Amino acid sequence: MAAWTPDQPMVRLRDVHKSFGQSEVLKGISFEVMKGEVICIIGPSGSGKSTLIRSINALVPINSGSITVEGQEVNDPAVDKLALRRKVGMVFQQYNLFPHRTALQNIMMAPIHVLKQDRSEVEARARALIRKVRLEGKEDTYPGELSGGQQQRVAIARSLAMRPDLMLFDEVTAALDPETVKEVLVTIRELAREGMTCILVTHEMGFAREIANRIYFTDQGVIVEHGSPQEILDHPREARTKAFLEQVL
Amino acid sequence: MRKERAAPVTDLPVLLPVRSPCVPVLSLRAWHGLVLAAAVLMFAPAAGAQAGSEELSIIGVIIKWMPLLLTGFGFNLLISVLAMALGTIVGLGLGLLQLSEFRWLSRCAWALTQFFRNAPWLVLLFFAMYLIPYEFRIGEVTIPFPDWVKAVIGFALPVMANVAEIVRGAVQSISSGQWEAADSLAFTRRQTLWMIILPQCVKRMLPPWMNLYSLVTMATVLASVVGINEMLTLTAQVHNAEGGRTDLLAPLYAFALLCFFIYCYPINLWTVRLERRFNVKS
Ligand SMILES: Nc1ncnc2c1ncn2[C@@H]1O[C@H](COP(=O)(O)OP(=O)(O)O)[C@@H](O)[C@H]1O
Ligand SMILES: [Mg+2]
Repeated sequence: MAAWTPDQPMVRLRDVHKSFGQSEVLKGISFEVMKGEVICIIGPSGSGKSTLIRSINALVPINSGSITVEGQEVNDPAVDKLALRRKVGMVFQQYNLFPHRTALQNIMMAPIHVLKQDRSEVEARARALIRKVRLEGKEDTYPGELSGGQQQRVAIARSLAMRPDLMLFDEVTAALDPETVKEVLVTIRELAREGMTCILVTHEMGFAREIANRIYFTDQGVIVEHGSPQEILDHPREARTKAFLEQVL
Repeated sequence: MRKERAAPVTDLPVLLPVRSPCVPVLSLRAWHGLVLAAAVLMFAPAAGAQAGSEELSIIGVIIKWMPLLLTGFGFNLLISVLAMALGTIVGLGLGLLQLSEFRWLSRCAWALTQFFRNAPWLVLLFFAMYLIPYEFRIGEVTIPFPDWVKAVIGFALPVMANVAEIVRGAVQSISSGQWEAADSLAFTRRQTLWMIILPQCVKRMLPPWMNLYSLVTMATVLASVVGINEMLTLTAQVHNAEGGRTDLLAPLYAFALLCFFIYCYPINLWTVRLERRFNVKS
C-alpha cells in the first residue's frame, strides 16, 4: 500500500455498515475528509452519529465497508490500534476524565504511559495545553471540582497531548450548562483555525454554520444530504432535513 | 464493547445507593453494648449472694480467667486477620481473573467464586480441617500444618470468594465511559485496569471489605467446633473448671459477646461512615 500523502483524503469511509444485533444502525455510510477540513454531522438522536464517529477510531467495530485514516485501514482485525489512536483524538459528551487524577495528570498520563515520552517534556507540554484551553491555575484540581465546561476543556487538552492529526467531537457541549457551552466552542474554534482536522457531531447549528466546511445530515443510518453550511442549513433539498431543521432552529 | 460493560451487575448491597435515612434500619448502636455490659454486671451480685463462701463471685471468676479468655480472643483476632489477608490476596486475583478476556479463564474464576460464596462457612471450615494434611513434605523438608493454620485457610476460602465478588462488582460499577476514554487514548486493557479502573475501585471496595472483615471476626468462633483454642472453646473450659456452675453460664458468654461487640462495633460504625462519605461525593 502506498504511503498516505496530504493530498489524499485523511479520512475515507466507504459503504460502512454496522448492526447491533438485529438493528442496522449504519446502512452504508461514505464520505471523505481532507486534511485541515472541519466537518459537522447533524441529525436526530438515534440516527447513528455516535456509532459513526466512534467507528473511525475503532471504538466500535463495523460489520462491513472500509474506513481508512491516513491510509491505514481501520476495519481490519489486525489494525495497529496504538498507531491509529495516537493519530485520532476523541472527546466525549460526558468528558470521561479520570476522577482520581488531577487535571494536569489527566493530560500527562497517556503520553507518559502509552507513548513512553519523557516526563519533563510531557509536563511542559501539558502545562502549555492547560494555558491553551485557558485553565491556568487549575493544574492540580481534580475533575470533580471543575465545572462541566472546564472538565470538557481538560478533556480536549488530554486528547491534544497525544498530538493527534484528527479530532473527533461527539456532542461535546450537549451535557453543558448554556453559560459554559461558549468557552468550549471557543476552544474548538481555535483548534479549527489552527488547521486541525475535525469531525464534530453537534446540535449547535450556529457553530456548525460558522466553522464547518461541510455539513452532513444523517437520519436512520444513512447520510440524507450533505453540502456547505448554506446549502444544508438555508436551502435543504430533502424533506427530512427540512423537518429536522424546523425542530431544532 | 459498550454493550458488555453497560450494566453494572452486582448483588452486593454495599455498592447500591445508601439506604434512605428515613427508613429505620436494624443496626447496632452504642447503647446495645452498654446493655450487654450491664447484663454481665447485673448477674454478678445476684448470683454472688447465692453462692457459698468457698465460691468466687461471678465478677471474681471473670477477673480470674480474664487473661486466659482474652488470650483466646486474641487468637480469634489472629485467625481473622490472617484469614482476611490470605483471602483478600487470593480473592483479588480471582476477581481479576473473572474479568479476563479469556473466556474459559473468566468462567472458571466465576464458577469458583460462586461455589465458595454459596457454601456455609462451617462446611468450608470442616472441608479445610479434614482435607488438608497435617504436614506437607517437599523432599527433605516437612512443613507442619497445625490445626489453627488449617482454620485460617478454612476461613480464607469464603473471604476469597467474597472479595472476588467485591472486586468484580466494583470494576463493573465504573462507568463504561472510563474504558472508552482510556481506549481512545490507546491505553492497553491491562494499563486501563491498573491505572484507571482499579484505583477508582479502592474507595468503593473499602466499605464492603470492612463489612466482610467484621463478619469473619465473628465467624471465627466456629473454630470452637473443630477444637481450636479460641475464645468460645476457652469459655466452655473455664465454665467446666469452675464446676459447671449454671449461674456462670450467662455471664461468661456475655463476656465473650462483649469482647466481640467492643471490637466489631467501631468497625461497623466506621464502615457506615465511609459508605456515606463516598456516596455523597460520587
Ligand atoms: N452498544 C450498543 N448496543 C446496542 N445498541 C446500540 C449500542 N450503541 C448504540 N446503539 C443503538 O444504535 C442506535 C444509534 O445510536 P447512536 O449512534 O448513539 O445514535 P446518535 O448518536 O445519533 O444518537 C440507537 O438506536 C442505539 O440504541
Ligand atoms: Mg450520540
